[in-house]
Amino acid sequence: MSFFTEANRQRAKEIVARYPRAKSAILPLAHLAQDQSGWLSNEAMDEIAELADVTPAEVQGTCSFYTMFKRHPCGKLVVSVCTNVTCLVTGGPEILEHLEAHYATDPEVTVEEVECLAACGGAPSMQVNYEFHEKLTRESAQQVVEEYRTGTRQPRTISGSVQ
Amino acid sequence: MPIDTERRIVTARLRERPDDSWTIEAATASGAYETLRAVLAKGDPADVQEQVKVSGLRGRGGANFATGQKWSFLPADLFPRYLVVNGDEGEPSTFKDRMLVERDPHQLIEGIIISAYAIQCNKAFVYLRGEFALGYDRLTQALDDARARGFLGPNILGSGFDLEIVVHRGAGAYICGEETALIESLEGERGMPRLKPPFPAIAGLYAKPTVVNNVETLSTVPHIVKMGGAAYAEIGVNKSTGTRIVAISGHVKKPGNYEIEFGCTFRDVIYGFAGGIRDGHRLKFFLPGGASFQWLVDRDEHLDAIYDIDFVQQNLGTTLGSGAVMVFDDSTDPLLVAWRLAKFYAHESCGKCTPCREGTGWIEKVLYRMSHGLGRPEDLDLLISVGAGISPNVATAPFTQTTLCPLGPSVVSPIASLDKYFRDEIAERLVTSSGART
Repeated sequence: MSFFTEANRQRAKEIVARYPRAKSAILPLAHLAQDQSGWLSNEAMDEIAELADVTPAEVQGTCSFYTMFKRHPCGKLVVSVCTNVTCLVTGGPEILEHLEAHYATDPEVTVEEVECLAACGGAPSMQVNYEFHEKLTRESAQQVVEEYRTGTRQPRTISGSVQ
Repeated sequence: MPIDTERRIVTARLRERPDDSWTIEAATASGAYETLRAVLAKGDPADVQEQVKVSGLRGRGGANFATGQKWSFLPADLFPRYLVVNGDEGEPSTFKDRMLVERDPHQLIEGIIISAYAIQCNKAFVYLRGEFALGYDRLTQALDDARARGFLGPNILGSGFDLEIVVHRGAGAYICGEETALIESLEGERGMPRLKPPFPAIAGLYAKPTVVNNVETLSTVPHIVKMGGAAYAEIGVNKSTGTRIVAISGHVKKPGNYEIEFGCTFRDVIYGFAGGIRDGHRLKFFLPGGASFQWLVDRDEHLDAIYDIDFVQQNLGTTLGSGAVMVFDDSTDPLLVAWRLAKFYAHESCGKCTPCREGTGWIEKVLYRMSHGLGRPEDLDLLISVGAGISPNVATAPFTQTTLCPLGPSVVSPIASLDKYFRDEIAERLVTSSGART
């Protein structure tokens, strides 16, 4: 049984071919796996290992280092709120606290605290599935998430690809 | 009156055409790839290298190292060699490369092609921060469009020069902005810095000669080649030639990216370009070059310091780093800012070197209690003692290190800054908080 769909397996092979060494494809293949299934499972990593010509342990060793790879199922919307220093003094932690409380029991929405997103000119800022949203308040941040939930906004995948 | 007028070179197109600057139509209409065409027609890679060297261009990623010199370290006649573009912008408060990638990808691509031609490499990688989803879309589209028009691929514009560019997304690790960690990550490994030497120019990606340059650095290259290195060197001041994008954030009226000519002052940056401190408040302190370097405060000798890489380093004990300026007013608790920075470094430490892996965590814990009303009078000295384990000369942090890379020593910069500027304020608070506990 293949983890990747036939179309994605073809894309995976194209990705591997870009690099002089197949192992370099681990990160892009892990993103592709998340695009497909919404998180990075052991089954996905086993197949990435085969494609990248390394052991599954090596793939897990690499992937566990990077925060964008979700090794447990998560919500369809990943809300990443920055609380680093510029956001710290402009209301980021209050937005994080508000969204965490509001979506605490909602399995569709995963709220996480993240480091600087490179959007300090519009602080406080957050991303929803890696789409930037800036100059937020608690109310406007929640409204943005609701717009994704209700389909007013089309979200990217949880790895940030257009779907 | 403080200076507030930009000198737009790398931001010219994206400011002139805010609605479509990233498209190939807009880019070519405003001259994109014409310099490439001229370079290939001339057929003299060594001349491109020479122009960049003469221009005095220094890397805009944070280390401010001379770009022409970096290129010159490549061993002659050793192939293949790689050009790797560092677009893993993660230094807190830095947001210029994201703008350049999202809004002028063709300028970057032209810079990559010209630079690859100069160093005679046929394969380039752009390591783009994983969170930059829109930037990835725009850059991959731009590469497709450039390829379709013959600016990229085999036999570019009939010159016989081949180049392929691969965009490689990161996955959320600040350390991958360090060039050897970036190379590790590009090879499919955990992003952990390598021992140097060998430097990447000798043994970098896949152990081949490799140049790693920042997005803004390479975006500047077409302009240097077009105007000539000598003309570019006329802009700026001393050995800080040209312009750079300063990302200003925090308690200012007009935060944002401004392209400024080197040679103005921090007063111009904060009170000119950024419009000054928000109403009803006064400047308390500012971080002059990203999160990793020591802070400056509301003193004339700091505000009137020349925005010149070497002047600031020699006279103020800090650096211009990645060009980000973070401004905090009198409502800010410096201990809270120091704690949050320490939390960042503790989270982003890759864990390879013990002083950083252990030290950043302990420093974060001590700063947490100090900034949350539980500090002890001896805590600042405790921080300095722990910090000395990572950056032995704490007063000059982060410029001495017991680690492979500067991440760990960077956590000592806020400590040195607290010691220099806020010791009395902190002492007063810690006596009060420890008194309240007993």
